[in-house]
Amino acid sequence: MSEAYRILAEDVSYTYEESPSPVLKKVSLRVKPGEFVAVLGHNGSGKSTLAKLLNGLYIPTEGKVTVCGMDTTDEDRIWDIRRSAGMIFQNPDNQIVATVVREDVAFGLENLGVPHDEMLARIDKALAAVRMTDYAEHAPHTLSGGQKQRVAIAGILAMAPLCLIADEATAMLDPSGRAEVLGTVRRLNREEGISVIWITHFMEEAVQADRVVVISDGEIAMEGTPREIFTRVEEMRRLNLDVPQMAALAAELRAAGMPLPEGIMTVEEMTEEVCARLCPSN
Amino acid sequence: MRKAMSIELRHLSHVYAPGTAFSSVALNDISLTVHDGDFLALVGHTGCGKSTLVQHLNGLLKPTDGQVLVDGEDLNGDKVDRRKLRMRIGLVFQYPEYQLFEETVAKDIAFGPKNMGLSAEEIDSRVRWAMEKVHLNYDKLAEKSPFELSGGQMRRVAIAGVLAMQPDYLILDEPTAGLDPHGRDRILGIVKDLHEGGTTVVMVSHSMDDVAQLATRVAVLSHGTLKAEGTPREIFRQREMMAEVGLGVPAASSLCAALRARGVDLPDDLYTREELKDHLLRLWKEVSGC
Amino acid sequence: MLKNITLGQYYPVDSPVHRLDPRVKILLAIAMIVAVFLVKTLAGYALILLFVFLVSKLAKVPFKLLVKGLKPLRFILILTFLLNLFFTNPADSDALVSWSFIRISTAGLHQAIFFSLRLIFLVLATSLLTLTTSPIQLSDGMELLLSPLKVIHFPAHELAMMMSIALRFIPTLLEETDKIMKAQMARGADFESGNLIKRAKAMVPLLVPLFVSAFRRAGDLAMAMEARCYHGGKGRTRLRVLKLTVDDALAGMAVAALIMLIIAERTLFPGGIVIGRFSL
Repeated sequence: MSEAYRILAEDVSYTYEESPSPVLKKVSLRVKPGEFVAVLGHNGSGKSTLAKLLNGLYIPTEGKVTVCGMDTTDEDRIWDIRRSAGMIFQNPDNQIVATVVREDVAFGLENLGVPHDEMLARIDKALAAVRMTDYAEHAPHTLSGGQKQRVAIAGILAMAPLCLIADEATAMLDPSGRAEVLGTVRRLNREEGISVIWITHFMEEAVQADRVVVISDGEIAMEGTPREIFTRVEEMRRLNLDVPQMAALAAELRAAGMPLPEGIMTVEEMTEEVCARLCPSN
Repeated sequence: MRKAMSIELRHLSHVYAPGTAFSSVALNDISLTVHDGDFLALVGHTGCGKSTLVQHLNGLLKPTDGQVLVDGEDLNGDKVDRRKLRMRIGLVFQYPEYQLFEETVAKDIAFGPKNMGLSAEEIDSRVRWAMEKVHLNYDKLAEKSPFELSGGQMRRVAIAGVLAMQPDYLILDEPTAGLDPHGRDRILGIVKDLHEGGTTVVMVSHSMDDVAQLATRVAVLSHGTLKAEGTPREIFRQREMMAEVGLGVPAASSLCAALRARGVDLPDDLYTREELKDHLLRLWKEVSGC
Repeated sequence: MLKNITLGQYYPVDSPVHRLDPRVKILLAIAMIVAVFLVKTLAGYALILLFVFLVSKLAKVPFKLLVKGLKPLRFILILTFLLNLFFTNPADSDALVSWSFIRISTAGLHQAIFFSLRLIFLVLATSLLTLTTSPIQLSDGMELLLSPLKVIHFPAHELAMMMSIALRFIPTLLEETDKIMKAQMARGADFESGNLIKRAKAMVPLLVPLFVSAFRRAGDLAMAMEARCYHGGKGRTRLRVLKLTVDDALAGMAVAALIMLIIAERTLFPGGIVIGRFSL
């Protein structure tokens, strides 16, 4: 596909039926092929609603969402849209339909009417891609949270998506589960060129994105590279968000008079910068 | 004179489904004491036995071997009123908001005190007290349905429900799981205040940065055994051991190690952002000559 | 306590019984239930018990696990037994016990034993089916068996999907029940003492959160299924293509033989083998 944008949301607003005010107000988002976009925002900021608008689970009250050139209001193409923009959710348990891993990965393919022989090949490939081949015959409830999420990703991958939308997919996992799921998605992003929209409230995860979008009260409050965003420590705190530990430390040191450059996010970067100024050999 | 207060685990072992094909050892010969006034962080990889251990502290599980002594009394002894003892040890489970069931916030918080057989006035005053402790406005929220609240508020209602029993010990199993940074800070602030107010706290956590901020002692579990125990300073300088059990150390501690490896003159046991900042500024002042 | 229910819990091993076509297994389970109702003598039940035992061996399912599935039903079993024991009192049956208003007749005892046994074997037969057939297979089998009824707008696919989801969430909800129960016990809840009314009331703090959670899960799952392009049975293909094999034919014959034996035994010994006042 040669579209400039895999996902294009233009001035999208959304109001829930029972609610008087919109949860999303004129939000625009463009996601290019192969791009990894992190979406940050506090609970209730509207980021989950945004996710559901991006693959036609919700239809915008105002504005327009297109997925790979297909308008989400186009009912004839809704299955094509959802296949192209696969989604994984927060609770690992509540998105696994089948009682055996392999059968769960098959679920989407069955829905799409994929012929049997092709299905087998696609399942094997998808399970291999998330490194869960050995668990093909396992029951989902015996897996760890991270493994369950990888199964969910395999279920999406089997449908050959162009985008992956992860709605706080690591919120309920422990640190190793989080690393395992994010690592899997990053690899797929790099190797298969799948665009990723990674909704999270872990700042350390957003550091790894190409671009960060911060949502607050239904509007885009900040947008930029992780480096740009996490330098704005005070602004992030005002939005009830956080910055990575090292970004916070860098800001504190700068404020106290130590001349550190902006954009430090990781321990490695911090080590380099501090050494450049303190190390005896330099 | 009051007895020295403590929860003492003596050679505690727990085996799930013993004697069957599914039998698995969750805890193996754990000896650990929670002293009066402690803020003990219980850390370990998922499946290391933390949740099992936590349930033992409250007598919800029976040890396969060993004892749990609460203020010297065997929690699983024959003559012990386990329910009564249990109420002195407040246990907040993971995702505690999933246990809410009453029509109103106040009624839900009153469930524990009611089970203790307290008077109506006492229950009411405890509900108000507990809501204040978790920063919930009584006048605004007491008569609301707990299911109308936000996720963070629901969690605080659930914590208030345990606090209202005014336990001597408060045990929390990952109280911040699934919350956004703001919600997390709020809960941690509440726990910190409670500890400073004299409650002995045991907290299971996955976040070493949170542990660094709060704990006075850390116990590291790995594969059902107690791998290490000590002050955060003692634990977080053992970076290799922490990596080995799959936990890592706070970011500040990692930075401290990385800088020392490059020849920066720092003590090897720094673990909070605050102290690292002070040391770096001190060094910077020396280098820059002011 | 709730973990012991094996009904609806797949036991994932590979065996000839597991590999049977689910359609065949469903029909055979029904046939076995019919057989259970055909039995008139204890010898007949012994025969069925032997058959169940052999099938469980062949299926590599521990017989203990099968029997454990009966435990949650013990109250219903006891109730069935007692009701039949006390309230079946035909005038022409001689009394075994007669004390003030209580009268237990031979017919009553007979009926109590047979009703209980029927219930037990009913559960054993269905457990055998569900232990050896994954829920998806089960729902596939059901769906295919019921699909001719689609002509009259019978929602075969929807029912099968509903069943399979229900089965998928049983372990999850059991785990959750255990957790909520412990959480409420930590708040001083008492599920174990008191009279029946008090106990029923004590269940409220368990049931409300459980239902709330089940509804939340249902909402999440529906969303996840839609996101994965689920839109009913139309145009759906299957991972599991069902094909009848020689084994299926053999299984069919085995159950047919069982029924034959039962009928033969019934015909040859219509009164059972009589020992004293009882017939076996």
